[in-house]
Amino acid sequence: MSTADAVAGVLWIGATLYAVFGGADFGAGLWTLLAGTSERGRRARRLVDWAIGPVWEANHVWLIFVLVVLWTSFPDAFASVMSTLFIPLSLAALGIVLRGSGFAFHEQARRLRYRRFAELIFDVSSLLTPFFMGTVVGAIASGQVPVGNAAGDPVSSWTGPAPILTGALFVATGAYLSAVFLVSDARRAGDEDLERYFGRRALAAAVAAGALAVAGLLVYRADARYIYDGLVGDALPLVIVSALCGAGVLAMLWRGGRRGTRPLAVGAVVAVIWGWGVAQHPYLLPKSLTISQGAAGDATLDATLIVFGIAVVTVLPSLGFLYTLTQRSVLGEGEGDSARRPLTRAEQK
Amino acid sequence: MSSLFDQLPTLLAASSELAPARSQMAFTLGFHIILASMGVAFPAIMLIANYIGLRRKDPDALRLAERWSKVAAVLFAVGAVTGTVLSFEFGLLWPEFMARFGDVFGILFAIEGIFFFTEAIFIAIYIYGWKRLPGWAHFWTGVPVVIAGIGGAYSVVAANSWMNQPGGFELAADGSVKSVDLWKVIFNGAVPYEVPHMILAAYLVAGFLVASVYAVGMLRGRRDRHHRLGLLIPLTVACVAAPIQFVVGDTAARAIADDQPVKFAAMECVRQTDTHVTEYIYGVCTDDGVKGGIGIPGFDSFLVGFSTDTEVTGLDTVPASDRPPYNTMLHWCFDTMVGICTAMIALGLWLAWAWWRRRDIPGTPWFLRAVAVSGVAAIVALECGWIVTEVGRQPWVVNGVMRTEDAVTGASGVWVNFAAALAIYAVLGTATLLVLRTMSRRWREPGDAEVEVPYGPSEPEPPGVEAK
Repeated sequence: MSTADAVAGVLWIGATLYAVFGGADFGAGLWTLLAGTSERGRRARRLVDWAIGPVWEANHVWLIFVLVVLWTSFPDAFASVMSTLFIPLSLAALGIVLRGSGFAFHEQARRLRYRRFAELIFDVSSLLTPFFMGTVVGAIASGQVPVGNAAGDPVSSWTGPAPILTGALFVATGAYLSAVFLVSDARRAGDEDLERYFGRRALAAAVAAGALAVAGLLVYRADARYIYDGLVGDALPLVIVSALCGAGVLAMLWRGGRRGTRPLAVGAVVAVIWGWGVAQHPYLLPKSLTISQGAAGDATLDATLIVFGIAVVTVLPSLGFLYTLTQRSVLGEGEGDSARRPLTRAEQK
Repeated sequence: MSSLFDQLPTLLAASSELAPARSQMAFTLGFHIILASMGVAFPAIMLIANYIGLRRKDPDALRLAERWSKVAAVLFAVGAVTGTVLSFEFGLLWPEFMARFGDVFGILFAIEGIFFFTEAIFIAIYIYGWKRLPGWAHFWTGVPVVIAGIGGAYSVVAANSWMNQPGGFELAADGSVKSVDLWKVIFNGAVPYEVPHMILAAYLVAGFLVASVYAVGMLRGRRDRHHRLGLLIPLTVACVAAPIQFVVGDTAARAIADDQPVKFAAMECVRQTDTHVTEYIYGVCTDDGVKGGIGIPGFDSFLVGFSTDTEVTGLDTVPASDRPPYNTMLHWCFDTMVGICTAMIALGLWLAWAWWRRRDIPGTPWFLRAVAVSGVAAIVALECGWIVTEVGRQPWVVNGVMRTEDAVTGASGVWVNFAAALAIYAVLGTATLLVLRTMSRRWREPGDAEVEVPYGPSEPEPPGVEAK
């Protein structure tokens, strides 16, 4: 394995972590969009606020990580993707601004009208941002991004069946992960009603994500043949692992089981991301730029690996610390805590 | 009429994306730099209050620290999203720049990533850790935020320094990068003055801005201990930083006169290379010299080399196409920045004198009025400095190596992006101010302050905890 392959691996690790943690964050926004304003919907929204409040910013640093590794180690690929896919990436950036500020502001907004508006901004951008990111990935996978400054078609590159379906798959996957996580969070908050509520949603999202994945495979067969061949070739074991994990989660949710769904759901997503990576190897941009062609010089690649090593020994323990504190409910906002933590039914009476 | 419509697509296609791309970058960076400054320096001010509160068992200081942490949370969130936008813009607006030099200076952003991660993690622990973590343990979770803020500022500003003084790479005959020496990139020639200059600027902005909020409160008659502390802690930090900043800035200007003489000439409106060059304060830069303004004969030469015999390089040493645009604006920005810093030092001396004589802030409302405007003045100085750095480097994106016009995207429709950015950032800025105002009003409501104790047992823990 060359140094460039190792750095591509690092890039993939970052992309995987973003897909899992960032994806679950986006999904949570989809559930609040659908939660409505009923009493239970408000409780669901509070649970989401409480669950993602301390971690959402850290979750999204993985995106910066992916961008930075890409432009440092594979600058031609970065420039080609960013210029050809100018429109969906601009829309994704717009979504990130609206989503982050909507979340930061909604807790502080005093009038209900402003609060609802901030929440709506957060919800809708939680839906649109992963969709446009998915179209970017689908466009790359289907070979629509040639090397060069805006060398590909600005519109048709990301509006074909493969990019659109990938966008939908991103949304569904985030919703699925998020619902599975929220089942655990509801248990942590002691709300059995919401546990069942998100259990049902997890099941629905799992079915939707599974159906979109199968449909995606068929669309890729027509539009992204290189990736399809890889997925049913070298990457087949990973695809099977993903399918098994997904089926396992479905079966557990169907039987009303809750324990052990989180690792299996994450496993299903991780396996398919790495399956895609194996299928795309050795290409950064399928059929037009390989990893070795697009790689920076050795000094830069080595430095990227060193920085990644430093990140592993410094950031990962800190992140683990944050997640541990959150999962043990050590963190909670002072004055807003009673407002943040969703009240259980018993407390409401 | 119809012919105009026929031509419109061709006109739009022919017009370069350079102007909207530069405008968007300038605008979004100019917006982000205020939030970034708060992100770098505000946590340190907050921790000083926290330290005083714990050390002297001072509930006022602790309450300030707790409230500031909530303000920091909002500013950090907005800063995080506007910062993410910038990393998109590198590719969206300047793909040729990134394709050619991403592997040279990109590593600085990878390093910045580690710091940013650390900052995001520990600021979350700190903000959400009030009440649940013991006092000193909680204090220490804030310390990594301060260190990471400085480290992150180093990395980002070092990347900009590299654009001003590029080094650490060799170009092949076709202009592509042949080899990279990353140590020379990370510790490039402009780092020693540009990095401390920006970090100090962040402390000035955060210090004066926070102090100005409490000065306004005191002018409105809220002269309790809470407001006095809220004024004094950030104001002391800023007043200590101001004279250091003056020395660092002066050093930076002399270094620029050596390293980027054309930028310096534009800052000072020096047309022709000469000795005994007059220093102009303001005035309009024209081809025939400076019109208006206050001229001090020989002083510009003296500032550059401590002697009026020092030769100062003029704009005429390079062709007009290699000179920065907006000469007068650059000159005014530079003078305004220096002027504001001087006034800040005077404000610090005023405070120091009153404190030495009476152990109190100056009694006159004019002092509070001065502090009240110092926050906005600090932001003006920050923006002016940033304009001098960035516009002064034009027409180059990488000084002397790559022109900005060669870096821009080939995608069309950048002006749509720019218009959207203008509209959304206007809403974002307004919403941020409104949210901060709402928070401060809520805190002023009777009852709230008395009930709130920063540390100690709080509401019952979530039910799940006992079960475990």
